[in-house]
Formats: sequence, structure tokens, C-alpha cells
Amino acid sequence: MISDPDVVGLLYLVSIVCFILALRFLSSPKHARKGNWVGGAGMVVAIATTLALDGISNWGLIVAGGLIGSIVGVVGARTVKMTAMPQMVALFNGVGGGAAALVALAEFHVSSGDLAGEEIVSIVLSALIGSISFAGSMIAFAKLQELLSGRPIVYAGQNILNIAVLLGAAALGIALIAGVDEQWVLVGLIVLALVFGVMFVLPIGGADMPVVISLLNAFTGLAASATGFVLNSLLLIVAGMLVGASGTLLTLLMAKAMNRSVANVLFGAFGQVKTGTAAARVDDGRTARATSAEDVAVQLSFARKVVVVPGYGLAVAQAQHDVRQLAELLEEKGIEVAYAIHPVAGRMPGHMNVLLAEANVPYDQLKEMDEINPEFPQTDVALVIGANDVVNPAARSDPASPIYGMPILDVDKAISVVVMKRSMAPGFAGIDNDLFLEPQTTMLFGNAKDSIVKLIAAVKAS
Amino acid sequence: MNQEIVLGVYVFIMAIFVGFEVISRVPSVLHTPLMSGTNFIHGIVIVGAITVLGFADDGFTRAIGFVAMVLASANVVGGWFVTDRMLEMFKRRPEERK
Repeated sequence: MISDPDVVGLLYLVSIVCFILALRFLSSPKHARKGNWVGGAGMVVAIATTLALDGISNWGLIVAGGLIGSIVGVVGARTVKMTAMPQMVALFNGVGGGAAALVALAEFHVSSGDLAGEEIVSIVLSALIGSISFAGSMIAFAKLQELLSGRPIVYAGQNILNIAVLLGAAALGIALIAGVDEQWVLVGLIVLALVFGVMFVLPIGGADMPVVISLLNAFTGLAASATGFVLNSLLLIVAGMLVGASGTLLTLLMAKAMNRSVANVLFGAFGQVKTGTAAARVDDGRTARATSAEDVAVQLSFARKVVVVPGYGLAVAQAQHDVRQLAELLEEKGIEVAYAIHPVAGRMPGHMNVLLAEANVPYDQLKEMDEINPEFPQTDVALVIGANDVVNPAARSDPASPIYGMPILDVDKAISVVVMKRSMAPGFAGIDNDLFLEPQTTMLFGNAKDSIVKLIAAVKAS
Repeated sequence: MNQEIVLGVYVFIMAIFVGFEVISRVPSVLHTPLMSGTNFIHGIVIVGAITVLGFADDGFTRAIGFVAMVLASANVVGGWFVTDRMLEMFKRRPEERK
């Protein structure tokens, strides 16, 4: 058993270094998996050190709890479909936040009144943020899993009610910090924070989930860090803050890619923002031209460079494997193929990359927006599959458009464009897309999977 | 404020800088594994859960600590396996393709 606090501190330092290295290895897909193993080693060191602390008892409960959690974790992680990854991440996020809040509650219970000022502040923060993260993540999970409607759930006075609940929780927190030593006050704070977590995610629509999940990720990190202050553990402080930094960066990145402020995503309930702008479009008599799989096959066969632009519609149609087959077929003909991935393609940051990687698309073909945009003028055919708003040139050219300023893939600069779409219906933002009317664009209507299967057959025949 | 808390705040601030520095190098291709990987890292609250449960000597604390232990270990184990599963899928172009 370890009784020397210096030894414990140094072992925890080893864990911290492992975690930072794990994140460092994520800078390239080549080493990323190794990094996860390094992170795992860090976690093993941390857990083993803690278990070896002098005076640890209740072994039966520790082992039982650890086993139950591990089994749930392994089964969940092994069986989850890659399209369901956002809800899985939301779930793990939530349980982490919940654990942080419970640790804070237990510490408060044990201390019975002899807490220093900074300890009670940390307990309040850990309980507050952890509970919001837990409840918010569960609602995000339910929405993504379609247990709840993915559409925004809004009602009058929603923001005012939300703020009132949050203020109520804050008031209880201040009472605790001011010296009220009653457990029901902390329990009340946790309950209000849980209610707030539910209410603040309810009005957020399915397509805004990348921002919400990133934000909840940051919350859980901060809750873990606050728990670190409660327990005087530098390990928790650092590890929690690493997660906090990551979640914050991704939140900002996602909001920027959607051309909206984080506040607008959280409190704007998107459906209401767009009203009134749709009428601005002038009907100039141009119409979209429909094409057939055979024509597209000919177009592709004569191309030197093809860029596939996948949107969430592709994943919904489960057509990733077919797209990869088509791409391989084209490559056999000596045609260069790349995939252009918009940052918000999918339901969480980087989701589309994972879906394509699962379909065995090599990662060196997956191009980020900034990397692929200069290549569109040299692209013979841009194949847009189930993407809409992220390729709408109005984001560059029309200051009246609600998506004006949003970074987009410059598909309209390609020599020719084929858009695969079910119908002319507008995308999530409800905005017409001029790309479909451009002279170089043709439309291949129908279910994405069916269209690609037909296309494969046609390319093979040509 | 005592010395320990001041040290904690120091380390906290430094960790913000290290975090932003390291995370900003992660390419967007790997943003989903980054999220699940950081998910795994915040599973470090398991250390808190073990401490609470391991030193608990009344029913209430044991119950709370036990639930925390279950949640935290699901977080750690699930977060790690799901990250590993995803990273395994990221492959280079296979050599044999003609």
C-alpha cells in the first residue's frame, strides 16, 4: 500500500503525461491508435495508484461497481453503429458528468460542516456543471436516438423559464457558499441543475447537435476539473481541463462552420430565425436540369478528377459502401477521386470522416474544406450526395441570405456538378440553392443509395 | 486561500494552455475520435469515485459512491473501447489495389 503522498503525486503525474501524449498522438491518423493505448496506460496507472492508497476499504462495492460499469461500457462500445456514434458520445459524456456531481455530493455529506471556502465553491461548481451535463446529455441522447423528436421543442417564455431555473440553482449555490450547511440545499441545487439541463437541450434541433455535444463535452471536463479542486487532486484538475479545452475549441469551431454564434444555437431555436428571409429570392426563370445515371456515368468516365461531396443524407441512406465501390471503380480507370468533407457534415464534429473510414475509404482521400476548396476549379465532376446548405453559393454572394458568411465547399467552381437528391426540397436551413440552377449543374433525383447502385452498373457498362 | 488551492489554480491555468495547444493540432478528420478520446479522459473522475467509495463509512456515502463508481467505470471503459474501435478503421490506402 502506498502511504507516501509524494509517490502518489508522481504516479499521478505519469498519468497526466500519458493523457497529454494521447492527445498529441491524435494529430495524425497514423499514430492515433497508439495514442489511445498510451492514454489507456495512463488511466490504468491512475486507477491502480488510487486503489493502492492507504485505508481504502469497501472492496466488494468497488469491484462490483467497476464490473457493472465496465460491462455496460464494453457492450455499448462494441455494439454501437457508427451512425449512432453521436448519441454514444453523448451518453458517455453524461455518465461522466453524473459521476462528478455524485462525488461532489458525497464529499459534502462526509465533510459535515468543516469545509473551507474554496472547497465548498468547488463542490457547488462540480455538482452544478456535472448535473447539467448529465441531464443535457441524456436529452441529447434521446433526441439523436429518436426517442424524442429531433425537432426543436419550443414554447412561450422558454428562455425566461430556463434562466429562472438556473438562477434558482445559483441562489442555492450561493447559500451553500455563504455557509448554509444543509444537505437538502445541495440536493435541491442538483435537482434544479438537472431540470435546467433537460430544458436547455430540448429546444435545440437535431442539426445543431454538433455544437451541443461539443459543449456538453466541455462541461463534463470542467465538472471533472472542479471535482479535482474538491479532492485536491492535480490529476483531475489537469485531465478535466484538457477535456474542457477540447470541448470549447470544438464548440467554437462547429458554431463557426454553421455561421452562428454559440448563443444563437443555444437560445435561438433555429426554426424561428429563418422566417421572412425566404421571400427574398427572385425567380429568374432558370430551372434545374434532370439527368440520368447513364449520362452521369459517361460524364464520370471522361473525367480526370472527381470530388465526392457527402452530406448527412448519404449516411441516412447508408450508401457509404456503395460510394466507396464507385470511387474504386473510377480509380481503376485512372481517375483521381477525393472526398470533400464539410466540418458540420454529420451529427457531431468529424462524424462523416468516421462513417467513410468505416466504409474503408482510405483517410488520405478525406479532404478538409480548406484543403479541397482550391482544387474545385480543376475538378471535372463534383458529385454532391445528400448535401445542400454546405454547398450553397449564396453563403458567399448573397448578404441577404441567412447562411451568408458560412464557410462552404466551393462546388460551384467545379467544371461540372452532379447533385444527387431526392427532390428539389430545400435543405435544413430552408433556403433555396442556386447551385442547382447553374448551367454546369445537373440533378440526379432519387434515393442516394439507389442512384449510386445504378451509377455503378452504368460505369461498369460504359 | 491556502497554498494547495493556489497551486491548483496555477496548474489549472497551465492546463488550459497545454490543452488548447495540443488540441488545435488535431485534424478535423479525427474530431470524432478526439471527442470520444477526451470523453475517455474525463472518465478520470473514477479516481474521485474510488476515493469516495473507498473511504465511505455510512450507508448514504456508500450508495452515492457506488453509483458514481458504476457511472465512472462505464465512462472509462466505454470511452476507451469506442475510441479504439474508431481509430482502427482509419487506414491508409491498401497496397494491393491496382
